[in-house]
Amino acid sequence: MASVIPKKPMRRYHLLAVLPALGLVAGIPFANRVDPYVLGLPFLLFWIVAWVVATSAIMGTIWLLDRRRGATERAP
Amino acid sequence: MSISLAILGAFFIVAISLGILARRGHDMNLEQWTVGGRGFGSIFVFLLMAGEIYTTFTFLGGSGWAYGKGAPAFYILCYGAIAYSLSYFLLPVVWRYAQPRRLVSQADFFIAKYQSPALGVVVAVVGVAALVPYLVLQLKGLGIIVSESSYGSITSSTAVWAGTAALVVYVVISGVRGSAWTAALKDVMILAVVVSIGVYLPFHYYGGYGPMFRAIEQAHPGFLSLSGAGMSPTWFMSTVILTALGFYMWPQYFASVYTARNEDVFRKNAVMLPLYQLVILFVFFAGFAALLVVPGLKGADADLSMLRVSKHTFGEGTVGMIGAAGLLTALVPGSMILVSACAIVAQNIYRPMSASATDRTVAIVARGLVPVVAVIAALMALHGGQAIVTLLLMGYNVVTQLFPALLLSLGTRPRVSAAAAIAGIVAGEATVGVVTAMGLSIATLLPSAPQFVKDLNVGLVALIVNLIVLSVVALLTARTARVRAEVPAAASAS
Repeated sequence: MASVIPKKPMRRYHLLAVLPALGLVAGIPFANRVDPYVLGLPFLLFWIVAWVVATSAIMGTIWLLDRRRGATERAP
Repeated sequence: MSISLAILGAFFIVAISLGILARRGHDMNLEQWTVGGRGFGSIFVFLLMAGEIYTTFTFLGGSGWAYGKGAPAFYILCYGAIAYSLSYFLLPVVWRYAQPRRLVSQADFFIAKYQSPALGVVVAVVGVAALVPYLVLQLKGLGIIVSESSYGSITSSTAVWAGTAALVVYVVISGVRGSAWTAALKDVMILAVVVSIGVYLPFHYYGGYGPMFRAIEQAHPGFLSLSGAGMSPTWFMSTVILTALGFYMWPQYFASVYTARNEDVFRKNAVMLPLYQLVILFVFFAGFAALLVVPGLKGADADLSMLRVSKHTFGEGTVGMIGAAGLLTALVPGSMILVSACAIVAQNIYRPMSASATDRTVAIVARGLVPVVAVIAALMALHGGQAIVTLLLMGYNVVTQLFPALLLSLGTRPRVSAAAAIAGIVAGEATVGVVTAMGLSIATLLPSAPQFVKDLNVGLVALIVNLIVLSVVALLTARTARVRAEVPAAASAS
């Protein structure tokens, strides 16, 4: 059964979660080019892959900060 | 031929056995069947949610789009990452509300939030309307994969019926537990197969990724970036936004939220899933490698590119393994869709209509519906024509219409009335229907608009109509829905 969990307050660093959408939506027109190739990938594909990796890193950072604040429920 | 057939057969049997074994030690009541008794830890929830990433659409369609369209295919990588970052905040809220109320379907959530069984019926109908074509697509994909990788010795229709039978057996017996167990096998296979061919093919034929992409750019200039009109950056961005919002509105993924043991599961998944979906990159690599090796696949045949280039390159044993991986990508999402569609009809359409319905009879009806829904889908997969493809293209636009009503309900009480939510959803769905049936795009609706407006995904129009109607009705029914004061026991949601 669920324990009663206090509502997780919005914290300023949660705004970091907007970054993936900025990179993967707003950034697309600026990254829409083939040159330069990075790691063998055309630039647009590299840009997207880099942002997907960054998304994991960003969400991981938020998760760690949340855990440090004790805001998230610990796994039993 | 016999080697690939033996491999396909072996995996088919293993998948069914795993699906059946998943029941062991569990009494399959409604809650076990639909949401695994809410006892899944990170790994099973992860596997269920990753099920969205690797459906037959990504397996065949991801490589097919890379082969046939080039850069527009990259949108598949983008919307997942955005949806996962959103999920970190969205899903714990949904879970926290659903858990103490023992909700089992997506429609249950809307009913409880808005205190409106009518809204529940609307959401249920929307869910089933989107799910059935999705199931049809999985079965069609399964037919293609098995007939190609068995070198034609199993016909597509035999494969569809065999796949349907397997789904019915383990879904009836094990429900969502069967999906989770077969998902584990599927993900191991997909990782191994897709990464292997996505690495091998570019190096074998071109000597690496750089040389492959340069060769493609030389043969097809502009193929690896978005064009100025049509599938332009505006198309790309609007499609990514729409699909990211619609991602968790699919009833089966929404309900998979309920399977979690605790809410931290979703936060861990939001960190891991973006990386995990990078496997799609290797699907793209296989499609791109196929472009210059097996050229000439046009239109829908582009979806065969991965299988054709594999047959061109590898022996039967490897092709059999690839086919087996493809088989599993159809069975896992297929089983989740079946569980979800049948649970919705039983829980949110049968139960309100039957005064004597108990949890037990609802569970029986849900399982009884499994063969019915499965056979309808199989018949549509075999006999339906282009109409199914049209329906499927609607799928994302259909489920995305639920997003405004969900978002507005997340506070302690909904910000708009149930009437407004219903009106918005119905207006949005009607727009999706008209736009799809008439093949409209923004370019046909606004012929004099600038090009970047014309390229916007037409699904945005439906979402805007939805929001306008919702706002108007909300203002008219300013006295917000008769939401009863939350009982103290529900404090966990506040």
